[in-house]
Amino acid sequence: MTNFQEMAIARAINAGLRNKLAENRKVLMFGEDVAQLGGVFRVTEGLHKEFGDAQVFNSPIAEAGIIGTAIGLAMRGYRPVCEIQFDGFIFPGFDQITTQLAKMTNRSEGYHRMPVVIRVPYGGGIGAVEHHSESPEAYFAHTPGLRVVSPSNPNDAYWMIQQAIDSDDPVLFFEPKRRYWQKGPVNLDTPPLPLHSARVLHEGHNVTIATYGPMVPVALQAAQIAAEEGISIEVVDLRSISPIDFTTVVNSVKKTGRLVVASEAPNFVSVASEVAARVAEQAFYQLQAPVLRVGGFDIPYPAAKLEEVFLPDADRILEAVDRVLAY
Amino acid sequence: MSEQDSGNIPMVQFLSPEGEFAVPAQWGEYGEYLKRLTEADYLKFYRDMARIRRFDNEATALQRQGQLGLWIPAIGQEGAQVGSGYGVGHNDHIFPSYREHGVAITHGIDLMSILKMLRGVNHGGWNPDATRFHLYAIVLGSQALHATGYAMGVKFDGNMGTGDPEIDQAVITYIGDGATAEGDVSEALLFAAVNNTPQVFFIQNNQWAISSPTSSQTTVPLYRRGDGFGVPGIRIDGNDVLASYAVTAKHMDDARAGRGPSLIEALTYRIGAHTTSDDPTKYRSNEETERWKARDPIMRLEKFLRNQGVGQAFFDDCAADGDKLAEEIRAKTFALQNPPFENMFKYVYSEPHPLIEEQLAWLTEYEASFEDEAHPSTQLHNVINEEALADKSGEVEPAPNSGSYYGGIAGASNGGGE
Repeated sequence: MTNFQEMAIARAINAGLRNKLAENRKVLMFGEDVAQLGGVFRVTEGLHKEFGDAQVFNSPIAEAGIIGTAIGLAMRGYRPVCEIQFDGFIFPGFDQITTQLAKMTNRSEGYHRMPVVIRVPYGGGIGAVEHHSESPEAYFAHTPGLRVVSPSNPNDAYWMIQQAIDSDDPVLFFEPKRRYWQKGPVNLDTPPLPLHSARVLHEGHNVTIATYGPMVPVALQAAQIAAEEGISIEVVDLRSISPIDFTTVVNSVKKTGRLVVASEAPNFVSVASEVAARVAEQAFYQLQAPVLRVGGFDIPYPAAKLEEVFLPDADRILEAVDRVLAY
Repeated sequence: MSEQDSGNIPMVQFLSPEGEFAVPAQWGEYGEYLKRLTEADYLKFYRDMARIRRFDNEATALQRQGQLGLWIPAIGQEGAQVGSGYGVGHNDHIFPSYREHGVAITHGIDLMSILKMLRGVNHGGWNPDATRFHLYAIVLGSQALHATGYAMGVKFDGNMGTGDPEIDQAVITYIGDGATAEGDVSEALLFAAVNNTPQVFFIQNNQWAISSPTSSQTTVPLYRRGDGFGVPGIRIDGNDVLASYAVTAKHMDDARAGRGPSLIEALTYRIGAHTTSDDPTKYRSNEETERWKARDPIMRLEKFLRNQGVGQAFFDDCAADGDKLAEEIRAKTFALQNPPFENMFKYVYSEPHPLIEEQLAWLTEYEASFEDEAHPSTQLHNVINEEALADKSGEVEPAPNSGSYYGGIAGASNGGGE
């Protein structure tokens, strides 16, 4: 009998981390305030108590230092998992991620593997101050040598963090922070899919919505509303944004003929842009309408009282759905 | 004169510029380390310094002939590099910057790998685990954090403070005076201090960061840079190979024993250009360079060895050895083939990646489509070589990096360097 457990996303990541820390003492969890406090979102709660300073420890507040020492530890045979406290704080570590971590395996002709996971709570919707609500995933998806994923539900969170730690390549693990306490069933026995596969979450035949991370529940809500109006929407959860499982997306579009890509990130040069370009290349004759992107505006993330206007909601997605249907 | 240039700062020195040897009482604990050296070690120090300088001059000549994309001379810094290189233990790990050819030679790195990198065949190519000499780091200071992370791993693994020389390990990272300004170096010092890593930061203060003097990077002497972080430092005469050896050996011993990270500032001078693209005449005086040439690390050891009764035959042999090395690397450089295009797709990831596979497959097919006709780039290459060969007067200069050039090798190979 399959062993299911109801869990929130934050708890699911915690349980996945616990499994890997227990399995291999070379797995390390470190970052700012991750030890006794359990991180500002409590994702690592209890891990320090269970595994001690040898595997779970606080680092100085220095993101380049966190990533740079993780690289050195990986050279030594460790599998570091680093927590960056908030999306907007990753940039002091950007140089070490893009010029060092991403290129080390290539530079060393395979002598150095880089099994480093960088966990990043990202996205808006929590009423936070500046720099706490951003979606910087495109910077990393644009950098060769990195892998970038984002779970949208507890089951994926539980398995994808473990798959990311098992990967010999660096993985940016973007956690949808406004969904941390969203609960769902976790299958404790069998992983749902390989790390970089997309999944059709809701089948439909009129329009495909491709999305990932915190926008997945919004897309599902849009699909539900549309269904009441007799419009059948297929929702594809990308799960991985580098590489992207284009096969699943293109197959869906071949069926529906219409695509809307939704994310919180600004649309310009985004993951959504890449999906739109690929689908234009691979499903040109099946497309009945131009691909539309529904994203954040191309402005700095606004002050909290305006974020509801900034963030795409089900209505904004449905407005795009109406447009591709009317084309 | 700023504080950092002041002659009042204590500095470990055993060999004066005139080659006179003395162990001042205050450096007695470092002097003890010289007792580990045999006569053969002294001769080895000299031979390696002479060889690496000859190599350096030849590499500059090869660059001038278009055989290397760039060369990064280390002339003048051989004492700091060879001495500290030999001070590193047989289990220790070295994280160099990009000018540490004199450290590489002390740890058995195939010098051709350095030339291949600067020709543009690859980005390094030696095995950093087997040699314990990690890849050159082009982004200034980035390697300091990798060294600190590695040293944290050494400590976590229990390879520190056991007293067993087969178990204990330490890590040394090389940074320049310019790199000390990078935030990565400050963060590395901090992480090293709070983790009490088995680690030495070796700063070669060669006075110039391209055209910026050290005074524009710091107002406090660099040996004190670690103080605020909890990493104590000491200044040495970097052009004294014996001081460099002894102080590095002791600090690496201390690190291995768990006595914490430390910092060494080696005062030296970059006699040559920053790289072959640089023109030092634009920013520093001849007088300054001449003053430092008088403090040359190789000349200094030679005077000492001659005073000790080492005869001309040894120095002749070292010179012949250097010429042989130069001849070898010249021939091997000319024989280097361009890498196959598949190489750039290898090792981007450790595990299969659909985008890489797709693009490699496309390029393979694209390249194969030219098999019946000469490839555009090959045609251009042939034209250039034919022009160069047709005009034996040497008036037609091939574009840099365009391949073999047969004019003026003999003359240029003697005149490289500075």
